Amino acid sequence: MMMDNQNVLVAATGLSRYYSNHCAVDRIDVHLHKGEVLGLLGPNGAGKSTTMQMLTGNLAPSVGEIQINGIDLLDEPHKAKQQIGYLPEQPPVYRDLTVDEYLYYCARLRNVAASQRKEAVERASERCGLQEVGKRLIGNLSKGFRQRVGIAQAILHNPAVVILDEPTVGLDPIQIREIRRLIRELGQEHGIILSTHILPEVQAVCDRVQILNRGKTVFNDSLQGVESLEQVFFDLIFREADHVPAGEEVA
Amino acid sequence: MSAMWAIAITEFRRMFLSPLAWSILAVVQFILAWIFLLGLQEYMTQIQPLTTTMEDPPGISDLVVSALYLWAGIIMLAVMPLMTMRQFAEERMNQTLPLLTSSPLSSTQIVLGKYVGLLLFVLVMVGLLSLMPLSLALGTQLDWGMLASAALGLVLLLASFAAAGLFLSSLARQPVIAAVTTFGLLLFLVVLYISGKSQVTGSEVFVYLSHFGHFLSFLEGMFDSSDLLYYLLFIGGFLILTIRKLDNDRLQG
Repeated sequence: MMMDNQNVLVAATGLSRYYSNHCAVDRIDVHLHKGEVLGLLGPNGAGKSTTMQMLTGNLAPSVGEIQINGIDLLDEPHKAKQQIGYLPEQPPVYRDLTVDEYLYYCARLRNVAASQRKEAVERASERCGLQEVGKRLIGNLSKGFRQRVGIAQAILHNPAVVILDEPTVGLDPIQIREIRRLIRELGQEHGIILSTHILPEVQAVCDRVQILNRGKTVFNDSLQGVESLEQVFFDLIFREADHVPAGEEVA
Repeated sequence: MSAMWAIAITEFRRMFLSPLAWSILAVVQFILAWIFLLGLQEYMTQIQPLTTTMEDPPGISDLVVSALYLWAGIIMLAVMPLMTMRQFAEERMNQTLPLLTSSPLSSTQIVLGKYVGLLLFVLVMVGLLSLMPLSLALGTQLDWGMLASAALGLVLLLASFAAAGLFLSSLARQPVIAAVTTFGLLLFLVVLYISGKSQVTGSEVFVYLSHFGHFLSFLEGMFDSSDLLYYLLFIGGFLILTIRKLDNDRLQG
């Protein structure tokens, strides 16, 4: 795959992560371009969340380099994190604050200038459909709204890269559709990495898919020409690791 | 800097969004008021008549006021762990810590922010209880230097509790564990003071190491810069340990 250097938002090469002797992630490369939605796929324990934690600077890789929008995450974590919005598996929201209070707090944490805070909060609320609930306590909101608050804090400071860990878990079908629409919309200006278990979701929103199994990349390609992602997925996972799967040289 | 203040102020506000801070302030204030009135009563009925014949009698500041601050220090041994336990342990339990760790902040900013939030609470608490001795100024002459020294001593003592509690909270995954270990550590330092003063095992080293020994000289109205230095080292040490712990989380996972 050719890299157009100007539009590369995330360039992570040779990422490995060991938990004592257990290797959770083994020499993974992740690349993301502007205007692209990348889906990280894989069975439980494949290393998706670990990879995302490394990409967002919450976990240091044992080996490897991460460049976010041309800034080295390990050398200049402050500058690099300014370019990232992250929604972990559990939305990191304080239940005792109202939605607006929480988003203003996040804006201050992300160094949004005082004069632009109001606008940033309003824009993020509008995109995530939170205008109606701005004055309500987050603890009293439904799971779907809490998830939207989580997404709102991730896009608040207009980051170049948005990383979403299972953004549609536990939502009802209507909310899932809305969130997917939102992700597609965001994907036009930002680069997005999302992890999920739901295969149709990948087909609905992602431009490219990277499948992980046992900490290794086993597939990394655009979805064009893939007839059944499900078929590809099961082929790759069940073939196990005793020979190199066809997709790996792509990475 | 601005992000640090944002954390401090939000933490401080969040304490008062739950009933915890309110009930702690109310209960502590009630108990201390009782102790204060009791002391005042004793002073007026029993001690004051005796002092008329003395040449340099102990005043109300010596007897009532410093006893009040001593009791406040003792009660806060049990109460401060309840305030510090939430800081990191609760965030870990609710999985909200990634909000701070994935924002463009250093661990130092996060820890200082949380610590300043706790300090604001300490100031509110000491301010509230200081109103009681201040009310005496309406009717009598107070030893202002002594009052200031006792209040400063209590602020420093509680600030040291907060730093130790913050560190233990950063180690724990459950708030209760953080509270229990903090209480244990604070109580141990008091026991150290007691054993340092004991006839058999008495040792200056134990007295020096204990945070309570340094507090008592403040209560006597003595401001010794080495006591101040002790507290600053104690606080600084635990804050640095907390920062290291957060950095280490990123490395160890």
